[in-house]
Amino acid sequence: MNDQPVEKSPYVTLNLGPTHPATHGVFQNIIHIDGETIVDAVPTIGYIHRAFEKIAEHRPFYQITPLTDRLNYCSSPINNIGWHLTVEKLLGVKTPKKVDYMRVIIMELARISDHLICNSILGVDTGAFSGFLYMFQQREHIYEIYEEVCGARLTTNIGRIGGFERDFNETVYLKLRKFLKEFAVVLTEFESLFNRNRIFMDRTIGVGPISAERALNYGFTGPNLRAAGVDYDVRVMSPYCSYEDFEFDIPVGTQGDTYDRFMVRNHEMWQSLRIIEQALDKMPDGPFHADVPEFYLPPKEDVKQYMEALIYHFKVVMGEIPVPVGEVYHSVEGGNGEVGYYLVSDGGRSPFRLHFRRPSFIYYQAYPEMIKGSLISDAIVTLSSLNVIAGELDA
Amino acid sequence: MTTAEATSLLQPFQDQFRTSIVSVDTSSDMVTITIDKASVIPVFKFLYSEAGLSFQFLTDLCGIHFPDQNPPVLGVVYHLHSLTRNIRLRIKTFTPVSEPTVPSLTPVFESANWMERETYDFFGILFEGHPNLIRILNMDEMTDFPMRKEFPLEDTTRSDKDDTFFGRKQNNAL
Repeated sequence: MNDQPVEKSPYVTLNLGPTHPATHGVFQNIIHIDGETIVDAVPTIGYIHRAFEKIAEHRPFYQITPLTDRLNYCSSPINNIGWHLTVEKLLGVKTPKKVDYMRVIIMELARISDHLICNSILGVDTGAFSGFLYMFQQREHIYEIYEEVCGARLTTNIGRIGGFERDFNETVYLKLRKFLKEFAVVLTEFESLFNRNRIFMDRTIGVGPISAERALNYGFTGPNLRAAGVDYDVRVMSPYCSYEDFEFDIPVGTQGDTYDRFMVRNHEMWQSLRIIEQALDKMPDGPFHADVPEFYLPPKEDVKQYMEALIYHFKVVMGEIPVPVGEVYHSVEGGNGEVGYYLVSDGGRSPFRLHFRRPSFIYYQAYPEMIKGSLISDAIVTLSSLNVIAGELDA
Repeated sequence: MTTAEATSLLQPFQDQFRTSIVSVDTSSDMVTITIDKASVIPVFKFLYSEAGLSFQFLTDLCGIHFPDQNPPVLGVVYHLHSLTRNIRLRIKTFTPVSEPTVPSLTPVFESANWMERETYDFFGILFEGHPNLIRILNMDEMTDFPMRKEFPLEDTTRSDKDDTFFGRKQNNAL
């Protein structure tokens, strides 16, 4: 205990977190309140910092994919594929069209699962539990598709540098078609529960607003920026994975408040469904991975039979293959915004430096400004609609 | 937008700041300009407000450590994005490890606040003029800067990790 006299403050200090259920993750907010009104808030983060950037400097490229899983764990396939695209950019690998389309399907599924968690939990925070139950059933169906593609559900480690470890099988296509049909019904139902719901609108309209100018200055990206009225989407501004082949809209809001963020995410789920449908219809034939034997593990049966495959297997696992010296930045549109990878390679088996641009980390710093002057219950709803994911926040 | 187009757009900027620019590299995925650290603020203000450029979005800010250079240096890498022109630009600035100070970008970009705190936390780069330069992800009691290359990944007292044959030295020494 220090003996210094405590400065008498007219405000009450409230500890929100680090393990409060309404914070949706391990982070703390020390809030000063005047009655029910928030005067100031100080966020403390770093409770689940796992030093991924340091670990990545000691791992070969393909072993970094599982680290990216654990950034935004609500949409890990986007992180995985973003990392693969970064490495491919460094190596100068051109992927076949089929790989791009498969990746687009997986990434859009991930976007849906990310948005549906955010929106349904926002419902829970405003007192509507039933939407959450309907939507979580659908997340289960998305996870079943992941499971069919890569064997994992939450931390997927999906795909490889150059493409996928195996082709989509018949079950994947069946489940995708079934999901497209069923999810459209559930999403319509979900929207009819929320969009014009008087209680929900009262709780969210005008809550936690941010202007377009402030949002840009604070480095907002993704649905939170688009809700403020800026139509910035990485998929359109710097297309990757053949996104230019697909027809889709970018929903934008006007007020940048919680209701707009909710609506933008809802519309994006519809757009994602549209993209998946187009990708399925236009799915080209061809190989499911690029021809990069130096980085893509050969099939196990070949390793047992052919000398060349055995050598490549050994070299890939041991990280014996020289990579180009250089630096690249690549970004993809993640669930929360621009997920970027800044990779500096000195030609060694592991990156010289790898930095993750984590959208939540960058926009969460605007949170005190967004909740100043509002009520505690509004602060919870604002936090929920920002969709701050602790794993991404703390890397 | 191709690198060539971006280079021609950036020509007025290069003319104006000829003395502050250390090098211009167009070989990587985007134009990379290394600048003198003293001119960080004027450079970013110019890039922000110049009508033809308007680099008004700070995508990323991170540190980097080159211990093998003479003298050893710490660098700050900024990624800027002009949303109206859709050009990305990488700006770098370096400072010797013995004097790790770089002007803070918080007067121009609000988003630089936490990114600079993170860079300070991991590299020990002191951002002059930052309103609240304290650690953000690591605990406050920490005295090291863990992303510097000399900081070991694992506990140095471990003796079970001598895998020289796997490309690493004992205890992951450098």
